[in-house]
Amino acid sequence: MNLPDNLKYADSHEWVLVDGDVATVGITDHAQSELSDVVFVELPKTGRTTAAKEAVAVVESVKAASDIYTPVSGEIIATNPELTADPALINTDPYGKAWIFKIKLSAPQELAGLKDAKAYASHIGK
Amino acid sequence: MPTPDSKARQTALFNAHTAAGGKMVDFGGWNMPVQYTSILEEHAAVRNAAGLFDISHMGQVFVSGTSSEAWLNSLLTNDVRQLSPGEGQYTLMLNENAGTVDDLLVFRIDDQNFLLVVNASRAERDLKWMKKWLNGNATLDYEPETRAALAIQGPRAIQIIEKTFPDFFHAPKHNEIETWEYDKHPVLISRTGYTGEDGFELFFDASIAEELWNRLLKEGKGLGCLPAGLGARDSLRLEACLPLYGHELDETISPLEAGLSPFVSFDKPEKFIGREFLREQREKGLQRKLVAFEITGPGAPPRADYPVWKNGRVIGKVTSGGLSPTFRKGIGLALIEITEATLGNTLEIEIRGNKLPAVIVKRPIYRKPS
Repeated sequence: MNLPDNLKYADSHEWVLVDGDVATVGITDHAQSELSDVVFVELPKTGRTTAAKEAVAVVESVKAASDIYTPVSGEIIATNPELTADPALINTDPYGKAWIFKIKLSAPQELAGLKDAKAYASHIGK
Repeated sequence: MPTPDSKARQTALFNAHTAAGGKMVDFGGWNMPVQYTSILEEHAAVRNAAGLFDISHMGQVFVSGTSSEAWLNSLLTNDVRQLSPGEGQYTLMLNENAGTVDDLLVFRIDDQNFLLVVNASRAERDLKWMKKWLNGNATLDYEPETRAALAIQGPRAIQIIEKTFPDFFHAPKHNEIETWEYDKHPVLISRTGYTGEDGFELFFDASIAEELWNRLLKEGKGLGCLPAGLGARDSLRLEACLPLYGHELDETISPLEAGLSPFVSFDKPEKFIGREFLREQREKGLQRKLVAFEITGPGAPPRADYPVWKNGRVIGKVTSGGLSPTFRKGIGLALIEITEATLGNTLEIEIRGNKLPAVIVKRPIYRKPS
């Protein structure tokens, strides 16, 4: 299971990459493997202000629709248009090309509540 | 995300599934593989080559005795008298209000011996219902722990069957069943399935399950056969518009509403349970009907329970939906008001607050090339 050390992780299986006051969010390798073939991604609307743990996007596999939660509060400032054309990027490159949205942090202290790679690994039983 | 239910029963192939990388989930009280590598790959294997499914969770109920034919005809909607030894049919079992207790296959093995193949999730309910109405000289035999079953489906299934059973040259025709042997154990083999493809279903003693599973996979290896899970089974049957109990059928949905009238015999001498109510429904006219639809624009796939709209009004709901792996678009089945249930009628499917355009299409959505 691929768990990069430079990311922070939410119990709900999203990853966060922090750069200044902007966080990039996607779903973990574990999450994509559990979902398997992703066939559709519903992106959040840019400009939306959201609180941490709100459902902001939906990833659909052949079998089911799964909500994606933002691990941090803030304003959604960008979404990944490539996922509309090629939802399967979530399966092939979950930490790279398959980032889902960027959010401008309104409460950066929330980052301290997220897990590091080791703690998330133990959360998923690895 | 699904986790295996420790209370769920295991089939004789549990170890084979986990060894093959099967992702196990609870389905109808059984711990079953939802997929091995990828639902899309397994789906494509069945459409283009072959797929092997463990269907041991399905209930095998053997009915025998001098009155079994008459009794089954009073219990089931189709006419078992039409079956010669070695033939089977799709049929339904109704409650008094013509709601569906279960949908099933019935095979006449020989004159007074029948095999019923029922849904896993309904087996207990079915058995209670059958025992309640059992009469005359007919006995039921249901021993799930001693039985296993496999389905091999797809255009190359027949080649794999021929290689696995070299001593048996005469493959059963569509809906027929024969008794063959594997390693001196009887194997009932029927030309049936739940995928919209040509294929076979095999019913046998659980003691040979692993050996037969491995043999079929070995013979199928060079032909593109993959082990396939319940995920692909569901996407395949949805493209073929075959009903799934709990979605298109339940104790409040009649076979006429589900578009299954060819499997109801009003004319047979036995008055099957639910017939009077069903006849009344037919004479008064149906209120709602099951239709197949396709999403006509881009957007999320439809799912069960999403509302169906027409002219600003909810007219029904989706019973099953998803992205069709073959056609790469959203498809589904929906139970809607009868006045809107016409081919070509345009509808809207509400998906998380958005309304996506859809059109009613002919069933099945997928038909195998002839």
